[in-house]
Amino acid sequence: MDMLRQFGQDMLGPAVFMVAATLAKIVCITLPLMLCVAYLTLLERKIIGWMQTRLGPNRVGPFGLFQPLADGLKLLLKEIVIPSGADKWVFLAAPVFSIAPALAAWAVVPFDDGVVLADINAGLLYLMAITSVGVYGVVLAGWSSNSRYAFLGGMRSAAQLISYEIAMGLSLVVVLMVSNSLNLGDIVNAQGKGLFAGMGVSFLSWNWLPLFPVFVVYMVSIVAETNRAPFDMAEGESEIIGFHLEYSGLAFSLFYVAEYASMILCSAIASILFLGGWLSPLGCFPDGFHWLAAKIFIVLVSFLWIRATFPRYRYDQVMRLGWKVFIPVCIAWMGVVGIWMMSPWSVWK
Amino acid sequence: MEFKTFVFYFLSAVLLYAAARVVTLRNPVHAALHLVLAFFSASGIWMLLQAEFLAIVLVLVYVGSVTVLFLFVVMMLDIDANRMREGFRKNMPLGLGVASLMIAEMGFVFYSRFSGHVESAARQAGPEYSNVKEIGRLLFTEYAYPFELASVVLLTGVVAAVALTLRGKQKNKSVDPSEQVFVKAGERIRILHMPPEKME
Repeated sequence: MDMLRQFGQDMLGPAVFMVAATLAKIVCITLPLMLCVAYLTLLERKIIGWMQTRLGPNRVGPFGLFQPLADGLKLLLKEIVIPSGADKWVFLAAPVFSIAPALAAWAVVPFDDGVVLADINAGLLYLMAITSVGVYGVVLAGWSSNSRYAFLGGMRSAAQLISYEIAMGLSLVVVLMVSNSLNLGDIVNAQGKGLFAGMGVSFLSWNWLPLFPVFVVYMVSIVAETNRAPFDMAEGESEIIGFHLEYSGLAFSLFYVAEYASMILCSAIASILFLGGWLSPLGCFPDGFHWLAAKIFIVLVSFLWIRATFPRYRYDQVMRLGWKVFIPVCIAWMGVVGIWMMSPWSVWK
Repeated sequence: MEFKTFVFYFLSAVLLYAAARVVTLRNPVHAALHLVLAFFSASGIWMLLQAEFLAIVLVLVYVGSVTVLFLFVVMMLDIDANRMREGFRKNMPLGLGVASLMIAEMGFVFYSRFSGHVESAARQAGPEYSNVKEIGRLLFTEYAYPFELASVVLLTGVVAAVALTLRGKQKNKSVDPSEQVFVKAGERIRILHMPPEKME
């Protein structure tokens, strides 16, 4: 590795080499992510199929393994219809606004101790700032379609995203209170210490246990943030007002790629903030990336499980849950944790 | 030219272009989008100054929430660009006066800042130095009272917003979810027993 770095610096000069190396790292993150997105759609259909005693897609390739490729090819070949009177540039830029934050946020996600693209001090803050940009995709898609249904859908989805962003932000505040850092790597390392970690059962000293109410709020908020069932207003049959009503072909599928990419992102963040990231659950196993991958997988499967289980919320119930239940819970637990940290029974010393 | 200088000039050029488009574009939604671009470029410039906390908070607050609300408003309103331009000539002198005053003020600040020492006083901090921690420490120790005052002002704003929009008890037909949850089947439907009609 050092030899490669030396060779590259000699060949390209230090500045150009740094840019090239960073670009290579970005590709190393984005390509597997896109592959995961493609196969997450297959996994979703398979798992929901099994839960409903069906087989799921099994025609294209062995066990239906080439199904995502076939779907992608089909969407690629479809025409992108731009509605008359639509604002063409904004209409085409809206899906990009949706997917760009879901990819850019991966810059600060640590995969292992020190294995991160940008190890910045304000990592958690960056994450909140970048994911808050995603709401533009929704608002602009609704507005630029020049359709009242799409516009109303865009307004609803934007209001939902902003409401749950507040609950999510408040739950993150509690996490950073106990870990005393905004750096995601430090947050994971802080979870590796504590009473239970000393006894060898370190999964009991991860944040999910002492911050359990906040953990629940965060898990439900990420389902609402990613527009997933049971909060998928945009896909409701009874209220036919989704923000992506007028989209077709690849432009439409970009919204879905963004949804699945942010599902994976939110699962990764939940694993890092509450489930100990790359730390192993028991002291006797070595830490490593495989633990993070396993945790992300578990959270993702629970996303699908929720989708197969719960009926869709009504819109006013969605807003009520966000504003009247989650935000008070977060604020109350913030006070509790603040007192707890200052008391002699603090578990974070 | 150093790479950092190039980045600075690039960001500044984008920022100036976006800011000019905000006031010259006829479509208010496009103007709001250029405002987003301007905020992003400004945040990049702050990042160059190693003020990463301010840079990220600029994106979080202004791009993530304030401009979204702008967008909500300008999308809802039917704005006629021609009517907006009516008073242009009349208000021009006042606008020019305010603009020149602002330019003069900024000039004073920059002149006093740079006339003494051209070299930036901001020390080059190592990677261990956390901007966030430093700002937090200052806010909660040295500037605790101004900080509290600012929060009181914000709280007043929140209360005022609620007071302005709350006009007495609303006469809407919204349902109470706690009552909905405990509803029994018997309260929803009534089964009637009717004797079958006799054929004669």
